[in-house]
Amino acid sequence: MSIGASRQSLSEWLQTEQPASRRQARLGQAWRTWLLFTGNRLGMIGLAIVLLLVLVAIFADVIAPYDPLLGGDLRTMRLLPPSMDHLMGTDDLARDIFSRVVHGARLTLMVVALVAIIATPIGLLVGTVSGYFGGWVDTVLMRITDIFLAFPRLILALAFVAALGPGIENAIIAIAITSWPPYARLARAETLTIRNADHIDAIRLQGASSGRIIWGHVVPLCLSSVIIRVTLDMAGIILTAAGLGFLGLGAQPPQPEWGAMIAGGRRFIIDYWWVATMPGIAIFTVSLGFNLLGDGLRDVLDPKAEK
Amino acid sequence: MSVANALAEGRSRALPAFLGKTIRLLATIAVTIFGLLVVTFLIGRVVPVDPVLAVVGDRASQSTYDKAFVELGLDRPLYVQFGLYVEKAVTGDFGQSMLTKKPIIDDIARAFPATLELATVAILIGTLFGIPVGVWAAVRQGKLVDQVVRIVGLMGYSAPIFWLGLLGLLVFYAKWGIVAGPGRIDISYEYGFTPTTGLFLIDTAMQGQWSAFRNVVSHIALPASLLGYFSMAYIARMTRSFMLNELAQEYVVTARVKGVAEWRIIWVHALRNAAVPLVTVVTLSYASLLEGSVLTETVFAWPGLGQYLTNSLQNADMNAVLGGTLLIGIIFVGLNLLSDFLYTVLDPRVRRRA
Repeated sequence: MSIGASRQSLSEWLQTEQPASRRQARLGQAWRTWLLFTGNRLGMIGLAIVLLLVLVAIFADVIAPYDPLLGGDLRTMRLLPPSMDHLMGTDDLARDIFSRVVHGARLTLMVVALVAIIATPIGLLVGTVSGYFGGWVDTVLMRITDIFLAFPRLILALAFVAALGPGIENAIIAIAITSWPPYARLARAETLTIRNADHIDAIRLQGASSGRIIWGHVVPLCLSSVIIRVTLDMAGIILTAAGLGFLGLGAQPPQPEWGAMIAGGRRFIIDYWWVATMPGIAIFTVSLGFNLLGDGLRDVLDPKAEK
Repeated sequence: MSVANALAEGRSRALPAFLGKTIRLLATIAVTIFGLLVVTFLIGRVVPVDPVLAVVGDRASQSTYDKAFVELGLDRPLYVQFGLYVEKAVTGDFGQSMLTKKPIIDDIARAFPATLELATVAILIGTLFGIPVGVWAAVRQGKLVDQVVRIVGLMGYSAPIFWLGLLGLLVFYAKWGIVAGPGRIDISYEYGFTPTTGLFLIDTAMQGQWSAFRNVVSHIALPASLLGYFSMAYIARMTRSFMLNELAQEYVVTARVKGVAEWRIIWVHALRNAAVPLVTVVTLSYASLLEGSVLTETVFAWPGLGQYLTNSLQNADMNAVLGGTLLIGIIFVGLNLLSDFLYTVLDPRVRRRA
């Protein structure tokens, strides 16, 4: 009974019309957003898939029944079809595909996280600086952004990987270099509307430096829309990374990267369909999850977006 | 104040405005292409591949090596090298491919029609299906059709294209045998006609080689439908949102009050207004097909630009990679400009404001 009562009062505390503190107001806002989001069924499915990916990545060692890199007996265990022993079958080196897919979740999560960590600050910095200062700074920065946008993303990533050399680290750098321009555009547009707001003028009159205004007052206001945009892009990032892996320019064997695994199974596709199919299902599920999550977030947080 | 006067005044004001706009546009193109050159040049500079060894081979003597080093201009300062690079690029000289020993520009000219043909068929499929489906979803907003369209579209956004391509080959080629396998055309037909345009569908049809034509169709069907599906997902989604916007306008209410038939309101009144931004969407997805085709061409052994690029990449043929990248970038810029231009031409509101 006491739990029920405290839950009731917590929900009341969160939804009160007169929050007593700034923290309460913020938490209340977040709670209402969350309530809205839980009403979005597809968005919740997306969230569940993404959480599942995170859990699988964390507990990969526990979940995977076999070693992802060391195969079994090459004479008897090559290219076995899916069975209870090997849920997704085995590949040409007698490795359990299910274990490889599970461990691949780590690589996928790493790629997505690192690209987001590298590309978001670059985009934010370029966009806010450009929008805040305007003038020639804006012209120069936006021209550079346009040049990066002028290349199709995968092609530019290909050229960068070609220059840096194949490998998952370089693939991450290449994808990050090609993903920041849309964030910069977005952050700039947001900054332009914030720049002339009264509270920014007030801070300027108090003598705050440009750096302080941008970092302390403009960036936080741009952050939420940029984060939504990054979430929406994550499926694209996964697909680009898988594409690079498939072309042999991303993760290198024997790393269990999903795109590279599809490339490995390509030779056997006609007789042993599961080798290339299983990692593809993993890529599809995860990027569908990110797409659903992103769509749901946009529906909730941006009332202007298409319904 | 006569009308003629006003007209003349209007024209004299309009002309500089138009000139100014054109100059600004040309400047933008020039800067962007210059930027493309800088980026490709810099990428070319940081490659770990030694360009001299690539030319002379690793068994050349030191003196041959030094001679080639100077011939390639590698002893000069970086900005001079960049100047040379730009000068050559402007005349269409991207150097020689190490793989085919031919000028890059010739290689690209040979590969491009294959990509163009594939992308064009794909965009036709995407547009012909995407627009009606999008309109349908908008009219039945929130109903089952709308949900199905949304989910089919989301699947298109989420599936790796190379994987769908492999599965497509497995099912439709290997299992059912209803389409032809990888490649553009069977070798037995390849020399039966003269490739004048390089677009095999047109070449074979014009020369009346109908069995070759059927062969080309069965080769292109699968990759083009696949790419078409991806652009359909995007076009349908955008059509739906533009149509929802239009159907909420007051002129639709007026038309309904007047008693205009519902199909006419949807397909004539609303769609015509939605068509303007749609042109931009179609042009841009045409451009992005060039990109998506890199993976598709690899899976289907399609001898186009994408396959040329990946082949060169895997053989560290940097001249070819950079030439191809630059060219695709320029095509991309061109199509972007085209979509801006079409927007201005088609939408009188934009034209007047400009």
